[in-house]
Amino acid sequence: MTGQDSLKTLPLGDLHQKAGARFGGFAGWSMPITYPLGVMKEHLHARQKAGLFDISHMRLFVLSGQDAEVALAKSCPLDPAGIELARSRYTFLLNPDAGIIDDLIVTRLGADRFMIVANAGNAAVDEAELMARAKGLDAKIEPLDRVFFALQGPAAEAALVHAGVDTGDLVFMQGIEPRENWFMSRSGYTGEDGFEVALPGADARSLVEKLLADDDVEWIGLAARDSLRLEAGLCLHGQDITPETTPVEAGLLWAIPKPLREGGPFVGAEALAAAIATGPARKRVGLKAEGRQPVRAGAQIKDADGEPAGEVTSGGFGPSAGHPVAMGYVRADLAAPGTQLFAEIRGNRIGISVARLPFTPHRYRRG
Amino acid sequence: MAKTCFTEDHEWIRLDGDIATVGITDYAQEQLGDLVFVDLPEKGKALAKGDTAVVVESVKSASDVYAPCDGEITEVNEALSSDPALVNSAATGDGWLWKMRLSDASQLDGLMDADAYAKHIA
Repeated sequence: MTGQDSLKTLPLGDLHQKAGARFGGFAGWSMPITYPLGVMKEHLHARQKAGLFDISHMRLFVLSGQDAEVALAKSCPLDPAGIELARSRYTFLLNPDAGIIDDLIVTRLGADRFMIVANAGNAAVDEAELMARAKGLDAKIEPLDRVFFALQGPAAEAALVHAGVDTGDLVFMQGIEPRENWFMSRSGYTGEDGFEVALPGADARSLVEKLLADDDVEWIGLAARDSLRLEAGLCLHGQDITPETTPVEAGLLWAIPKPLREGGPFVGAEALAAAIATGPARKRVGLKAEGRQPVRAGAQIKDADGEPAGEVTSGGFGPSAGHPVAMGYVRADLAAPGTQLFAEIRGNRIGISVARLPFTPHRYRRG
Repeated sequence: MAKTCFTEDHEWIRLDGDIATVGITDYAQEQLGDLVFVDLPEKGKALAKGDTAVVVESVKSASDVYAPCDGEITEVNEALSSDPALVNSAATGDGWLWKMRLSDASQLDGLMDADAYAKHIA
């Protein structure tokens, strides 16, 4: 464990401090976990109005050069040539065993330029992997130094417009460079409509101040970000997906174009095809516990006979759902929604059933 | 009014006659945030000082609450089953966790009083 002292601080750290944030370590960064509003109200605010999340710990890379498409095709199970301008794709960096090194969002910015958004904890590994996979090609991987925030919720678009940012006609999973050194996409990780904006520090400071002047906008911490994404059925890398899980087990094959499921130039292609042919032994599922006791990551799941059935990888209380929410992996024969299982917590047997994801409906703006 | 004592782990305990009421402090509930579940023990359970008596769960995490003294549980706060947020709104009042019969009331002497606790969290 690293001490609090060695943690990196956010460029807008002073604004969070002023807002009364409680900080905690996450992926090497000192992050705002909650604000005085509290997790429950922060969570509900993001669903009802607009939540502002500082996600500057996440890493943006620009991949550019004549061979950018080739480099991307070698890096991820993607068909870069098929990605239209301003289109974003959810994808992965796989290891040779088709394990998920990281999940990424890739956006086409130009004929030979792509934006890649990576998770904080994996940024260094991702950079090294991308470099290795682009070796010998005319492709440059350039990490960007930006403030990055997400504005999520039904009032997000209006709040950005009031603050002077034209959101254009962006729909879910589209991204553009609206101003010099800015990147804006209609995406997020809460299940709500919203935007992610990366921009230089000085611009960020004035934009954030304008946004916070809006009654509909509140800072939302990492704790609520976690309960929001869990209710939305979205995976947290390092927990729900790891280098030991494949997209097949994780139920994420939808993110991989059909022709590439049988092979391709990307690392992990052979193992992925084999995993698809064999079929997964375990599958990621939603899990709904009976009663109000949260069933959390690490809890072991048993079948009706008391035999091992799987493990919870994320779990907590869903403020919008109004009940405990969890996801995890169970044996493939137990993965059908409605299957009754149980978890043992502190000696108590808690009934838990396989549930459809998401727990709260997605409200993306699909255009 | 009976005297309230405090532990370093942010429990409070108040002895009325031979029965003590235990809860977590206002400071503790604020640190934990919104509680969504309180895992209450069985009546009659024997506790040794330092044993985990109750687990309180917030949206984000589960935290142990320890027995401040030796004794036996005589009552648990059933109201928390349907309304765990009582701990947030009234940690030292209606949000009490359990009552216990102390086997050695002199153990209270080793705990902090309100002033010492205020310094402890300052």
